[in-house]
Amino acid sequence: MQAPAITLEGEARIGGALLFPLLRLELAAGQWTCLLGASGVGKTTLLRLIAGLDTGAAFTGAIGASDGAPLAGRIAYIGQADMLAPWLDVTGNVVLGQRLRGEAPDMAKARDLIARVGLSGQARQRPHTLSGGQRQRASLARTLMEDRPVVLLDEPFSALDARTRAEMQELAGDLLQGRTVLLVTHEPGEATRLSHRALLMTHAGLSDLPLPQAQPVRDFDAPETLQRQAEMFRRLRSAP
Amino acid sequence: MRRGVLGVMRGAVVFAFALALWQAVVWLTGAPHFILPAPGRVAQRLWDARELVAQNALVTFAHILLGLLLGSALGVSTALQLAMSPLSRMVMRPILVFAQAVPIFALAPVITLWLGYGAASKIVTVVLIIYFPVTSAFFDGLMRTPQGHLDLARVMGGGPLRVLFRLRVPSAMPSLASGLRLAAVYAPFGAVIGEWVGASQGLGHLMLLANGRAQTDLMFACLFVLAAFTVALYYAVDRLGVGLAQRFTEPGG
Repeated sequence: MQAPAITLEGEARIGGALLFPLLRLELAAGQWTCLLGASGVGKTTLLRLIAGLDTGAAFTGAIGASDGAPLAGRIAYIGQADMLAPWLDVTGNVVLGQRLRGEAPDMAKARDLIARVGLSGQARQRPHTLSGGQRQRASLARTLMEDRPVVLLDEPFSALDARTRAEMQELAGDLLQGRTVLLVTHEPGEATRLSHRALLMTHAGLSDLPLPQAQPVRDFDAPETLQRQAEMFRRLRSAP
Repeated sequence: MRRGVLGVMRGAVVFAFALALWQAVVWLTGAPHFILPAPGRVAQRLWDARELVAQNALVTFAHILLGLLLGSALGVSTALQLAMSPLSRMVMRPILVFAQAVPIFALAPVITLWLGYGAASKIVTVVLIIYFPVTSAFFDGLMRTPQGHLDLARVMGGGPLRVLFRLRVPSAMPSLASGLRLAAVYAPFGAVIGEWVGASQGLGHLMLLANGRAQTDLMFACLFVLAAFTVALYYAVDRLGVGLAQRFTEPGG
């Protein structure tokens, strides 16, 4: 699986009003890019545009992969809610993508991935019997099952408690290695730990945020991580 | 289970109170039994005429159940058809609403004219009366699949038919259950209308005869049997609905 780089260039309007001006977003191949910024600035719209989902905004511009092949069928997506089907158990949710495409579900692979996210004991349980962290793990297993080179994450960990969130960041950083990832987040801490590149989105466009030298996933308590996190937070607060 | 027992007890108390009120009205007004028979008299008549009532009741119950099954199947398939194709939504929806706007009372004689005095006209009346609530409730459910699930299916590359049957139909199960609850209450109504208009058997037919001969106690006995059946049917369908909701949604969510 060769993960492509992705470029989005263009502007978006909602009912004639500018949502974001002409900007260029580049996702480096096989790396994590984090997108931060105030609510309503258009981060989720950018992500949904790349995913090929309805945004309610009119986009003029181009979205493409570095290898020139279409993006459809090469993207996996986790939204703000885990969106597990309540009538299916963990295994059923993990193989849902294959079922929706009419493929024969690969049960051995599903079992393996469920084990890798640490849910082997819960494979036959329905989502409402799981904790928030376990649900997010199931959702991650489903994403891995799709085995797509591009992964779009829209604040997937925002509803978790601090400890579970840190665990999920490490697990996702580890398991999604080598894929082109876009993570939309409100958390400077999350961005400092996970990203190869962090971008601040404002009404003026995109700008780079400072990151530590070390490679992700970075320790949450390393001095440089904490220092960059503080700087990032300062930039977020002073953004127009 | 405890809730079930409590529910039955509450039902029994309300029933006893209604009987007491009924008896009180009979005593206070001194109404003759062919105007308002006392509960005891109705019970006596129900026992004496049990064979006649049971014979006719079975016919009516069969009409109701068959109509309910057919009407639900028809409603479910129409809702699926509507959900699948925008064209059929455009064409079918006004027809559905128009069909619902025609009162079934006005239609029943025509149906009997076309289909005769047998079972067919009763079953069709039941089907017509429950078709709209089932279709409408299930269709609403199919169109209200959580957007997040649909987004996910889109990114996963799911085919429209598979998305319909693997995501939208399961999500719509609680809505279908509400449609079926309404249908369970309406269905007996449809069968009795059909039997009133023209029949040689059934509770509706028997009630009409009893009324004509001033056998008000027999009429009340039939009414009681019909009401008891309707309540039982409603509870059975309600249990089914609760089961569906538990199977397909998050309990407490």
